[in-house]
Amino acid sequence: MKVEQTCKILSKRQLNAYAVEMDLAVGDMVRASLTGPGQFVHVKCGEGRLLRRPISVCKWRACEDSDTLTIVFEVRGEGTQWLARRPVGHSVDVLGLLGRGFQIEAGETYLLVGGGIGVPPLLGCAGSCDGAATAILGFRSKDRALLLDEFSGSCADVQVATDDGTLGHRGYVDQLLRQELAGERRYRGILACGPKPMLKSVVKAAAEYGVPCQVSMEERMACGVGACLGCAVQMAGGGMKHVCKDGPVFDAGEVDWNA
Amino acid sequence: MPKQVDLSVELAGVKLKNPVVAASGTFGFGREYGQFYDLSQLGGICCKGLTLHRREGNPPPRIAETPMGILNSVGLQNPGVEDFISQELPELRRHDLAVIANISGDTPEEYGIMCRLLSAAGVDMIEVNISCPNVKAGGLAYGTRPELAAEVTQVAKAHSTVPVMVKLSPNVTDIVQIAKAVEEAGADALSLINTLRGMRIDVNTRRPILKRNTGGLSGPAVLPVAVRMVWEVSCAVKLPILGMGGVSKGEDAAQLMLAGASAVAVGAACFADPYAPLKVRDGLAEIAAVQGLDRVSALTGAVMPW
Ligand SMILES: Cc1cc2nc3c(=O)[nH]c(=O)nc-3n(C[C@H](O)[C@H](O)[C@H](O)COP(=O)(O)OP(=O)(O)OC[C@H]3O[C@@H](n4cnc5c(N)ncnc54)[C@H](O)[C@@H]3O)c2cc1C
Ligand SMILES: Cc1cc2nc3c(=O)[nH]c(=O)nc-3n(C[C@H](O)[C@H](O)[C@H](O)COP(=O)(O)O)c2cc1C
Ligand code: FES
Repeated sequence: MKVEQTCKILSKRQLNAYAVEMDLAVGDMVRASLTGPGQFVHVKCGEGRLLRRPISVCKWRACEDSDTLTIVFEVRGEGTQWLARRPVGHSVDVLGLLGRGFQIEAGETYLLVGGGIGVPPLLGCAGSCDGAATAILGFRSKDRALLLDEFSGSCADVQVATDDGTLGHRGYVDQLLRQELAGERRYRGILACGPKPMLKSVVKAAAEYGVPCQVSMEERMACGVGACLGCAVQMAGGGMKHVCKDGPVFDAGEVDWNA
Repeated sequence: MPKQVDLSVELAGVKLKNPVVAASGTFGFGREYGQFYDLSQLGGICCKGLTLHRREGNPPPRIAETPMGILNSVGLQNPGVEDFISQELPELRRHDLAVIANISGDTPEEYGIMCRLLSAAGVDMIEVNISCPNVKAGGLAYGTRPELAAEVTQVAKAHSTVPVMVKLSPNVTDIVQIAKAVEEAGADALSLINTLRGMRIDVNTRRPILKRNTGGLSGPAVLPVAVRMVWEVSCAVKLPILGMGGVSKGEDAAQLMLAGASAVAVGAACFADPYAPLKVRDGLAEIAAVQGLDRVSALTGAVMPW
């Protein structure tokens, strides 16, 4: 059974000027419905807003008393603003865990590619890869970077790119990605999350090097559970799939990138 | 301790154990919300709109939030009537609730074929959506012209062995005129309202949020429009009414019933709260109990207008 739960905010901190990390006490949600990294929760952000906001799971911990979930989000509009201002000790209404996340095979090596606020969900992937993954993380500039220490602690290698060169490689992640794919290490697959233009170039590079690629997609949602058919993504075969139920993670080959 | 209120109602001869029905398009074929609670707790379900053949619906984005409402341009994405009958209906039948199939056609003939197939498959009722365009009439929506609405109603009735409920569009100058035409054409019940056409624009990109530019508005914002239309229609026709539009709590449902609805459908409210239909049912029962009613059906049409 899926659940809607009132979850207490255990702690929150500002990761940079834009992003908030929040720990939630979620009852048995992790034990009941976690299938892997890349899943999301659908969070009610105040009474005046009819629709919930989808936020990916960053970290989780199953625990007898109450499971905890960590989410990381940027303030984009009224809903995320409301959530960011919600004080520690207060509660939020959470629907979860939803969707189908990244498919990770035990003992295999993966290449994680994240951009901006698409970076946090990949931390869960790093955890599922037993420290063997490589992470390539892109940000607009140094002041937007986040979770770098956590990635360093859970990956074999972390490479950073910024658009303006204020940290790491100057430029986009796909340049680092191509270098890595041309190098020695062999990867079972690429796991990517970030803005659509980034995903497109990652998918292109992956195809050139013949490495399977999974991508986490975004679309505007209503129900979050597959009932309203709101969050459609056009598939290469011409049909539609839905981010909240079939995704958010899709095989790159399934998606119609020209839609 | 307030006494037990009888929640059962009747809609064109179809018995509902309580007056709360899931609205078409917001509840799929029940599978998803069935993971949250037993669907047998609902009076019924209006299934996602069916067409004769499979359809993929409109391109995304399909959803935009608005003040106390939601705009959608999902379109009629559905597996087609035959897949519904073979894949979804048997699953729904495992629960004890009225199954109402919602249908849309490009032509009156398509409505006829679907009514025949669905009647034979044993749905409890057919809800005829006339808000979609009639291809033969140059894309004009059936629901906007009395003669077109009447034609579809006649065809649907002629091919159905189960009650036919016609779902009215609010995007008309005079909904009463359409309701009367549909009643005269032989409909067994009416449902209203479908969504109101609306639009939302991102001021930074100067683009509409929806890829289709415009969409249908529903949610709490439309409740007063729904109450008014149910009231006007119920004053003018004798047919039982399934009222909907913006219901998210018992009081909203009670308003629609007082205005003349025999039962109510809950749609967009599920998006905020999957349990909304059950809360509406309980809220309605409580109102009836507090008012000392034996049965909730006593609310129907009991408004005392000035
Ligand atoms: C599966 C999934 C996972 C996500 N994970 C994260 C995450 O971990 N961290 C994070 O910061 N953001 C994440 N997002 C994006 C996040 O949902 C939006 O930033 C948020 O909904 C914006 O809400 P708002 O009220 O602040 O903005 P507004 O622009 O005021 O929102 C208006 C409406 O548009 C919707 N909307 C706006 N932007 C988006 C978007 N990019 N995707 C989907 N709906 C949108 C809102 O949900 C709301 O219904 C995720 C989106 C999806 C689909
Ligand atoms: C996402 C969505 C999809 C819908 N799809 C259909 C449909 O397929 N057929 C139909 O007759 N009505 C459809 N409707 C309209 C609803 O059934 C209902 O008439 C309307 O939303 C008003 O009720 P509400 O305010 O409770 O949502 C849809 C509404 C929404 C929000
Ligand atoms: S948001 Fe309703 S189907 Fe995905």
